[in-house]
Order: sequence, then C-alpha cells, then structure tokens
Amino acid sequence: MGAGPARMRPEGALRAGILPLRLDGVGYAVAGRALLSDLTLTLRPGRRLVILGPNGAGKSLLLRLCHGLIQPTSGRRIWADGSARPASQAMVFQRPVLLRRTVAANIAFPLALRGIGRAARREQVARTLERFGLTALAHRPARLLSGGEQQRLAMARAGAMAPEVLFLDEPCASLDPAATRVIEEMILTLSAEGTTIVASTHDLGQARRLAEDVAFLHRGRLVEAGPAAAFFTGCRSPEARAFLNGDLVW
Amino acid sequence: MESPLVTALALLSGEDPALMQIIGLSLRVTLSAVLIASVIALPLGAALALARFPGRNIVIVFFNALMGLPPVVAGLLVYLALSRSGPLGSLALLFTPTAMIVAQTVLIVPIILSLTRSVVEDLWAEYSEQLTSLGAGRLRAVPTLLWDGRVSLLTGILAGFGRASAEVGAVLIVGGNIAGHTRTMTTAITLETSRGNLGLAVALGIVLLGLTLILNALAWSAGQWARGRLG
Ligand SMILES: Nc1ncnc2c1ncn2[C@@H]1O[C@H](COP(=O)(O)OP(=O)(O)OP(=O)(O)O)[C@@H](O)[C@H]1O
Ligand SMILES: [Mg+2]
Repeated sequence: MGAGPARMRPEGALRAGILPLRLDGVGYAVAGRALLSDLTLTLRPGRRLVILGPNGAGKSLLLRLCHGLIQPTSGRRIWADGSARPASQAMVFQRPVLLRRTVAANIAFPLALRGIGRAARREQVARTLERFGLTALAHRPARLLSGGEQQRLAMARAGAMAPEVLFLDEPCASLDPAATRVIEEMILTLSAEGTTIVASTHDLGQARRLAEDVAFLHRGRLVEAGPAAAFFTGCRSPEARAFLNGDLVW
Repeated sequence: MESPLVTALALLSGEDPALMQIIGLSLRVTLSAVLIASVIALPLGAALALARFPGRNIVIVFFNALMGLPPVVAGLLVYLALSRSGPLGSLALLFTPTAMIVAQTVLIVPIILSLTRSVVEDLWAEYSEQLTSLGAGRLRAVPTLLWDGRVSLLTGILAGFGRASAEVGAVLIVGGNIAGHTRTMTTAITLETSRGNLGLAVALGIVLLGLTLILNALAWSAGQWARGRLG
C-alpha cells in the first residue's frame, strides 16, 4: 500500500470496457413487496460512488443487483459491453465468505477460475499479499483471522482479480479506526489505478472521505444522486438532510 | 472347556493364518466398497444439492429411505442381478469378493450420498453468492464445496465404513461365506458362534471392535485438528 492516498489517475488506466452501467427504472420485489423501486442511475467509469442510506434502505440489495447476483423484477440493467453479467467485476460482501483454506489459497482461487496458470498465479498471489500487507499471514487459515484481517483479505481477493468495477458493501463496518483507514487507503489506491468503486456505507465520515458521487437511498427509493460536494453542502430532499443531521429515520 | 476369551487371545497372539486371512479379506472388501461408494456418492450428492429439477424432492426422499435399507435386502438385490439367470449373470461374479464389494457399495452409497447432499446444501446456502461473485458457476462450485466440507464429509464416509464393516446379511448372501475365499469377520462370527466355536468368534469380535475404535479415533482427531487449523 502506498503511503498517502494517490489520487492521480493515469489516463491509460481507464479501460474502455463494461462501464458505464445504466440502471433504467429498476425495481426489485419479493412476494409482491417492493424492496427497490424505480431506480435510475448510471455508474460512470473511473468514479467513486458512495451509496448512502439508513439501515434497511436497500443498499446491499442495490449492490447485489448491480453485481448480477439478483435480477431486477422490473426495469433494465444495461452494461456498456452489452453482456448480461460481465466478468470484470468483483464485490466485497457485507459479511465476506472466506474459503476454508489458507489466506494465499483464497486469493489464488478466483485467479484459477479465470484460467491463470500456476506460475503466473503464484506470482500474482505473492504480489497481492505484499500490496495488502498480508504476506505474514499467507499460510494462516483464512477462517481463523480476526474480523479486520478477514476484511483485508476479502479486499485483497477482490483486488487481485483486477476488476473494472469493484462493489464494496460496508467495507469497514465493525472495524476499528486504524483498520478502517487501511481499508480506505486500499480503496483509494485501487481507485487511483482506474478501478471504478461503488461502495455502500452509513458512515458519513467515510462517505465524505471516499465519495466523488453520492447516491442516497431511502426505503428502496433513490432520493438523491449527484456529485459528493453538492450532496454534502446542499442536498435538497428532507430525508437526506435529516440523515446528514443524524436524525433519520428508516 | 477353556474360556472363549483365553482362546481368542491365544489365536490373536499366534497370528493364526486363517484368522489373518479373514481379517485381510474383510478389510479389503469394506475399504474397496467405501472407496467406490465415495467416488460415486460424493459428486452425486453434491450435484443433487445444487441441481434443481422436477422430482428432486422424490429423489432426496428415496435416498434418505435407502439409508435404512436392510443389508439382506441389498444382498438379495445384488444376488438377483449377479445370479446366473440375472442381467449380470454372465460375469460369473456371484460368491466372489467382488460381489461382496458390489453389495456393500450398494448398501453405503445412499448413506454417503445423503450426508453429502445435506452438507453441501448447507454450505451452498452460505457460499453461493460469494462463489458466483468470484466467478464459479454451479458446476465449478461442486469440487470447491466438497473440499470446503471435507471435515463434515469425513463423518459421512466413516458412517459408511461403519455400516459396511458391521453388516452380515449382504456379504453372506452374495459371498456365500466360503472358507478361505469369501469368509469375512462378520460371517465367520455368525458361523463360529452357531457351531459353538466361541474362541474364534470372540477373537474376530475383538478385532472388529478394535478396528472400528481406531478408525473412529483417527477420524475424530482429524476432525478436531482440521477444525482448529481451518476454522
Ligand atoms: N430476500 C429478501 N426477502 C425479503 N426482504 C428482503 C430480502 N432481502 C432484503 N430484504 C429487505 O429489504 C430491505 C433492504 O435490505 P438491504 O439489505 O439492502 O438493506 P441495507 O440498506 O443494506 O441495510 P444495512 O445498512 O442494515 O445493511 C430490508 O428491509 C430487508 O429486510
Ligand atoms: Mg446492507
């Protein structure tokens, strides 16, 4: 991990690929109950979008829907490359599932799935361990790591896949301030390398530190979406204002 | 008359060749059956856990019910298949160790399959979104889930071993309990007891019990070790 957050974004790092992702009037209902309704949102390449909202607003659902783990029950989800679910994306879950094997084997797993050969894989795993400060833990069983170490491994595993877009669902929930800072630095580094970031959080401080764009969800509806600066200085909706003042509401 | 226990210990310490032969054959038959049944039932059980098709519930109930299949019935079915007029009669396998392996395999496939299905189904509930996200489809998930469920699956395989090594009915029917050829520990115990030859029966009983204890102890320590090592 570099020392300071390197926010310079080399031009070449932005690949012409699967982004932008457009959600067009997307809804998601379970048993007739609308959990997400009429979301229209564009994920632009190279940006850091933070999805804000109180508990139960639908942040996790929205991320899973974007990532292709659940299908919209109305509206359309359109990737720029036209495919239904492009491979060049990764997600770190609110509760990441680590495989019952070593830290290194966890990082190697998705690389093997992508058909990367043994030698190249070993090299890539070593590099990833190094970058994410996990080298000392390489041979430890992943399931026995501390919460913060597990989160770091989940980030590393996702980062190693070199995705065009990385979805992060509350990447720092239940982490101490130091671990939170480490994860945030990782996010900023990946972003600086050209990875598009879509992260959910209900931590306003984190949102301020990470967001270039903000989407504010409330009860499954997209209440506001736009540049972060505008959102934090002058959001229009009463829900968002209440949320920023710390008296929302779910 | 000498106490059966004394005779048994004398036989065991003397490494009686007939006794050793029986023990060797029993182990060979049961271990082969466990191996073959595992190769069949682990992937099939995992596939059944992940597949969605009409009639799936019926298949699951069917295999669950087969876990309680009486060994004599399994033996009878294999006997019918292998007997001279049966569909596989031309292979001339009846009353051979191979027939006994087949019968025990039939007996324990349902156990390993059903346990595998339930273990993998639970794991899949936890893993499915993560594996999909990492790029593994259902088919590719099968080996991953089997590997990550290895500790629990070992219990299923062990249950299969226990059932195969303990049963008499199936091997008796398809093996015929021929001395020096298809006589196993359990069929020998049955025979020797009925003949009043209690020393040999007790000796075999001790060995059978000892083997089961040792195997369970090994599996249990492996499980404990893995839980500590792998979380
Ligand atoms: N499969 C489901 N069936 C029914 N309701 C569901 C299902 N999945 C999610 N929900 C509901 O949808 C709402 C949004 O859930 P979601 O997990 O997206 O919230 P969230 O914004 O991520 O909340 P948190 O900040 O607590 O993580 C919740 O009220 C939840 O109970
Ligand atoms: Mg959530």
